[in-house]
Amino acid sequence: MFIKQLSVFIENREGRLEQVLEALKKNGVNIISLSLADTSDYGLLRLIVSDPEKGKQGLKEDGFSAMLTEVLAIKLSHRVGQLQELLNVICKAGINVEYMYALSTGKDDASIVIKTSDLPKAWELLKSEGVEAFTARDIAKIQ
Amino acid sequence: MIWNETKECMSCDEMQNLQSVRLTKVVDRVYHNVEYYRKKMQVLGVEPGDINGIEDLHKLPFTTKNDLRDTYPFGLFAAPQSEIVRVHASSGTTGKATVVGYTRRDIEIWSECVARAFSQAGVTKEDKIQIAYGYGLFTGGLGAHYGAEHLGATVVPMSTGNTKKLVTMMKDFEATAIACTPSYLLHIAETLEEMGDLKNIKLKAAICGAEPWTENMRIQMEEKLNIKAFDIYGLSEIMGPGVACDCEYHKGLHVYEDHFLPEIINPETLQPMNEGETGELVFTTLTKEGIPLLRYRTKDLTSIDRSKCECGRTLARISRFKGRSDDMLIIRGVNVFPSQIESALLELGGTTPHYLMIVDRVNNLDRLEVQVEVEERFFSDEIRVLEKLSKQIQHVIQNAIGLQAKIKLVEPKTLERSMGKAVHVIDNRKLV
Repeated sequence: MFIKQLSVFIENREGRLEQVLEALKKNGVNIISLSLADTSDYGLLRLIVSDPEKGKQGLKEDGFSAMLTEVLAIKLSHRVGQLQELLNVICKAGINVEYMYALSTGKDDASIVIKTSDLPKAWELLKSEGVEAFTARDIAKIQ
Repeated sequence: MIWNETKECMSCDEMQNLQSVRLTKVVDRVYHNVEYYRKKMQVLGVEPGDINGIEDLHKLPFTTKNDLRDTYPFGLFAAPQSEIVRVHASSGTTGKATVVGYTRRDIEIWSECVARAFSQAGVTKEDKIQIAYGYGLFTGGLGAHYGAEHLGATVVPMSTGNTKKLVTMMKDFEATAIACTPSYLLHIAETLEEMGDLKNIKLKAAICGAEPWTENMRIQMEEKLNIKAFDIYGLSEIMGPGVACDCEYHKGLHVYEDHFLPEIINPETLQPMNEGETGELVFTTLTKEGIPLLRYRTKDLTSIDRSKCECGRTLARISRFKGRSDDMLIIRGVNVFPSQIESALLELGGTTPHYLMIVDRVNNLDRLEVQVEVEERFFSDEIRVLEKLSKQIQHVIQNAIGLQAKIKLVEPKTLERSMGKAVHVIDNRKLV
C-alpha cells in the first residue's frame, strides 16, 4: 500500500537542482510531486515520480546520491478539519510525522504524501478511518 | 635586555666546548637509562665512548614523533618517576598523545629559557604580563607562566577563551605585555577596536608563538596595537615555548643552544646541510633529564645563521619557518595531522569516507571545515538523520584533535581526487 519516493541529496549550490531534473528528463521520468527541504549546506529533494526505479538509476549514473523510501500517499477530500482529524488519530497512537507534503494528482481532490515513524501502524489506523491510499500503479497513471 | 649574558653572548669556541661536554653527558644518560635508545644505538654500533663532542653528533640515531608514540606513555623517560614533577602532552599523528616529562631542574631550565625570550622582548619585573595560551596539557600556558614568574614580572594567567574579559583586564590592570598565539593577538586587537579601546591600553610587547605567522602579520599587529611583537618558538618534545625567540632586530630566532643543539638536515637524505641552506630542523636536548631526545626531527623547515647578531647575542639564529616536511597543520596552535581525521572518520564504521579539510582564517582566527562525502550508506531521506550524522562526525573529530570543526556534508565523488590520490587539505591561510 506504500509507494516509493525518490530522495536525492543535493548540495546547496547553483545548478545542482537543475541537473537532477535534467537527469530525470533524460530518462523520461515524469515528476508528479516534489518537496525540497533545505539546510544551509545541502538540500533534500523528495520526489514522487512515474518510475522511481528508473529515476534512481538515472540519477546514480549522473553521480547523485539517490535512494528510494517507502511513503504513504493518501486521498483526502476538500473538507475543513479532515487532515487535523486524521493526524489526531496518528498522534494519539504515539506516531511521529517525519515529513509531509501535498501530492498533486491533477484531479479535484486533496492528497498528501506522508512519512511517519511507524508507517505500517499509521496506515492501519488511517485505513480504519476509511482513508484510501494511492498504489504505485495509481501513481504511474497520473499524467 | 640580555637575561643571561654569560650564556647568550658566549664565544663560538666556548659554546662548542660547553655543548660537547653536555652532549657526552646526555648520551651517557640515555644509553644507561633508556632501553629504547640503548637498542637504537646498538643497532648503529654506537656506544657512549664514541661520542666525544659535537663533531660526533652525526653518529647518533634520529628520533621522531613515531618513537614517542611507540614508547607511549613514559618509555623515553630517563629519570625515575619520583623525580618527574610534571608531564605535558600534545596530540600525536594517529590518536595517541605524545607525552613528555620534566624534572624539577627541567622546569627551572625551561623557565630560564622563557625568561631569556621574554627579556628579548623587553619584558622586565616591572611589567604586567597576560599569559593567554591555553593552560593544561599544552605546554604554552604553564611554560610561559613559569618563565614570566622566573623573570619576576607580574603574571596574569588568563588562558584562552574569554576575549572580552582579557581586554577589560588588559585595560584595568594596565598590562604591558602579552603572550599568546599571533592569530589570537589579532583577534584581541579587533576586539579592542570594536570596544573603542585601542588607545586605552598600556601594552608594549607581545610574544607570540605556537603557530606559523608572517612578517606582514607582525608588522600589522605592531601598527594596530602600537607595540613590538616577537616570535617565540618551541615544541613540547624539546621543551615547550622558549626553545628560540627573535630579538628587536627580527633577523631570525635565537636558539638557546646551550640547552638545545640545533642541526639542519636534508629531510630526504638525512645528511647535515650547510649554514644558510634550508632543510629540516633537528634538535638534541643537552641538559634535559626527564625526557632527553637525541636528534629529534621537528619536521619544520628553516635555515641557520651562526653570525653574531646586532643585539650582541652570539646564539645561532633560525630563520622564519618555510613550511614542514610532513603534512602536519597547526590550527589555533594545535597540531593536526590529516591521518587523525582519517582515523576519527573510521569510527563511523566501514571504510573512511572521502573528506577534505579546509583551513581558513576568519577574523584572524583559524577555522577548520571538514567536508565529508555522503555515501549511500550514510544517506537518508530525513534531515534529522543527516544532521545527526554531521554532529557525530563533529564529535569524533573533536575527540581526535581537540578542535571543533565545521562539518559540511557534500555529494559523493565531488571532492577532488588528483591522479587517483585524494587531496585532503586545502590551507587558505597562506602563511609561508
